[in-house]
Amino acid sequence: MKRLGSPKELETLRRSVTSQRDPKRLCITICSGTGCHAYGCEKVTATFTEEIGKRGLEGKVDIRATGCHGFCERGPLVVIRPKDIFYQRVKVEDVPEIISETVLNGKIIDRLLYADPNTGQKIISEHEVPFYKKQKRFVFGSNGYIDPTSIDDYLAVGGYSALAKALFKMSPEEVISEVKKSGLRGRGGGGFPTGVKWESCRQAKGDTRYVICNADEGDPGAYMDRSLVEGDPHSVIEGMIIGAYAISSHQGYVYVRYEYPLAVKNVELAIKQAEEYGLLGENILGSGLNFSIRINRGGGAFVCGESSALMASLEGKPGEPRAKYIHTVEKGLWGKPTTLNNVETWANVPLIINKGASWYAETGTENSKGTKIFSLVGKVNNTGLVEVPMGITLREIIYDIGGGIPKGKRFKGVQTGGPSGGVIPESLLDLPVDFDELNKAGSMMGSGGMIVMDEDNCMVDIAKYFIRFLEGESCGKCVPCREGLKRMREVLDDITDGNGKEGDIELLEQLSAALVDGSLCALGSTAPNPVLSTLRYFRDEYQAHIKDKKCPAGVCKALITYQIIEEKCPGCGLCIKACPQEAITARGKKQPVVLDQEKCIKCGACYDVCKLEAIEVR
Amino acid sequence: MVTLTIDGREFRTEEGKTVLEVAGENGIDIPALCHHEEVSPYGACRLCMVEITTRRGRTRLVTSCLYLVEEGLMVKTDTERVRNVRRMVIELLLARCPDSEVIQDWARKLGVSGERFRSEEGNLKCILCALCNRVCQEVVGVSAISLANRGVERRMTTPFNDFSEACIGCGSCAYVCPTGAISFEDVGDTRTVAMPHVNMEFKLKKCAKCGKYWAPERQLEYIAKIAGLSPEEFEVCPDCRE
Repeated sequence: MKRLGSPKELETLRRSVTSQRDPKRLCITICSGTGCHAYGCEKVTATFTEEIGKRGLEGKVDIRATGCHGFCERGPLVVIRPKDIFYQRVKVEDVPEIISETVLNGKIIDRLLYADPNTGQKIISEHEVPFYKKQKRFVFGSNGYIDPTSIDDYLAVGGYSALAKALFKMSPEEVISEVKKSGLRGRGGGGFPTGVKWESCRQAKGDTRYVICNADEGDPGAYMDRSLVEGDPHSVIEGMIIGAYAISSHQGYVYVRYEYPLAVKNVELAIKQAEEYGLLGENILGSGLNFSIRINRGGGAFVCGESSALMASLEGKPGEPRAKYIHTVEKGLWGKPTTLNNVETWANVPLIINKGASWYAETGTENSKGTKIFSLVGKVNNTGLVEVPMGITLREIIYDIGGGIPKGKRFKGVQTGGPSGGVIPESLLDLPVDFDELNKAGSMMGSGGMIVMDEDNCMVDIAKYFIRFLEGESCGKCVPCREGLKRMREVLDDITDGNGKEGDIELLEQLSAALVDGSLCALGSTAPNPVLSTLRYFRDEYQAHIKDKKCPAGVCKALITYQIIEEKCPGCGLCIKACPQEAITARGKKQPVVLDQEKCIKCGACYDVCKLEAIEVR
Repeated sequence: MVTLTIDGREFRTEEGKTVLEVAGENGIDIPALCHHEEVSPYGACRLCMVEITTRRGRTRLVTSCLYLVEEGLMVKTDTERVRNVRRMVIELLLARCPDSEVIQDWARKLGVSGERFRSEEGNLKCILCALCNRVCQEVVGVSAISLANRGVERRMTTPFNDFSEACIGCGSCAYVCPTGAISFEDVGDTRTVAMPHVNMEFKLKKCAKCGKYWAPERQLEYIAKIAGLSPEEFEVCPDCRE
């Protein structure tokens, strides 16, 4: 492949790619994101290829292994385009039937369709599935259509046209101004206006400037950046090149965690392809811009997602943050002006350049524009990745898109913003989701984690979980974070172990204040959020643990007992078999069983197997 | 030159200095445990936090050892918010190092008791201020010790927790250690550097004239090497030199 020397050559290539593609030809797209991989999508894809070959359908039907479609709950997902027939939980055994029925005869296979859990109605088209219906997939949309290992696929959906536009029709200042006008704010958590960041970096003194893509996503349960890098790596790269042009940089880095092997592989390949096409390297598209991208694999420390720690790690030093009184846009990587943005932020850039700032700013709220990808997980029917307009309510996300809470349980709270976010209670379900509203509610946008919790979740236990996570991930440099998180966890351990005492809540509050005011970096200063938010909205639950020695949600083992409800127990003996401690004994036929509290380790096995609800937690 | 206010007093000073430096020069005492003028600032102990209001009117807490003076900056070194952070830092360090006299003194000064957290056992004195490894790296230039592990597991140590081959026994680490977690003692012809995890012994050089043991041999070899001097220059101790 000859390097593209001008925007015209890029357009010629794009036309040649699209002219070879018949939009009417059937294309079987198989979600090959990490979630579907776990469900065995690779075998499904291989079987499709085999079947197509066996039946001589090559050239008539396309197969495309795409990035993550987002509806991970229902994987492996198969969508037959252009009709958008949506099959879910597809197994290898289903493949021959899909070929013979749907592909060859246009018949729909009923059992593979998604059924609305509320109405029972079967849904054929992907766009009609409630999970997708309320989403606005501006950034994440191409994921379901393109093969991430094919640059031609990206070109076919208009890829790199924003780059050509920026390089040849806009000055760097105009690019910055457009990004500023769009209102784009950093998607990594801080929400800092991207255009302002770029402007400061461009104006900073120095000849060498760096561009960094932060793909060190580390929040438990969050994987939107992973899916973007895996599924649409060129959109991130295109954003970075535009950013490099805007701030005048010749070297970029993608800092991605080593635990994301597919992301590393796909972005590596994408960089190579872009270099071959002349979209990276010397004299990009003949514009005179030189820009290269290197990949750095992180070792997985959560704190390396913090910009100054990430840069230290990139420099080969221990991944520890430094005070950012002098901003990284002035003195970042190797002391040079550096623009660091998160994966999702970069992927928004081509969109803004192509469609314009005013189009972009139509979506969202006053101070939070565009869309945001959330990873919706926990006690919700439809788990997966959702891209929604800023300003959508939590209720819409959890109930309309997420399909509500499983097993008819009651919603209790949703943790947004990852471990250093906060729990938002039921009373705030109609909160419009944007940067400022989440902050006001005591949580934050973070990188977009959303963990839904129901009545069976103990809020003290949840706070303890996150504090323990952060304790383990604290770099240990500053005293408040290193020592303070350990002590916070100890106090929470005491409370959940039934050893809580008067003054514990106040001590947690004082520790929190010291961490907020006294920590070196944002890991420490936001770490108390899970405690502060649960104290704000679920203080009663803390008091129940401390004063009454009760765990209202029935979670904290030291504070609960399992009891047999004698009227309901027919002595079927299922629980006797399930009990690993031989703590349950039979009393005779049709007699309720007896549970020996001395032997019981409160594992809950009996509770889980009892079909008659004859065991309760007190 | 910039003009700033610290605790109501106005100062005119050169750019590039830290708030802690300017305060120190003018007799305003800001506590600090991880600061030493000979090594680069670090910002870990958080005792030197002060409350600043910038010209734009934004008020927040910063570490004065790292924050550079700027025009119109208003600094308060002893507000309630500042005292709360300092008290909690000392309370946390007291739980970590209950036997450290330095920390006990601070606790008394700030009115902090050691009742609310479980005290660590084992006579731990290291507060992980990293002065030792900064001086070893930046001033001495040998990097014989460093910090290892992350978070609560973090500790100051030598490679493989053993005798450090790079160590020259100079004792600079002990000199800067604010809590006495590292110390050294010369007995006869041997210097023992006592780290929390290992004792390291160094042979001392005997003065050719007075016969006094005056410095570790490894240290003298190192100085000779970096200064480009002959080892013979160190045959006699400074007192006997002419």
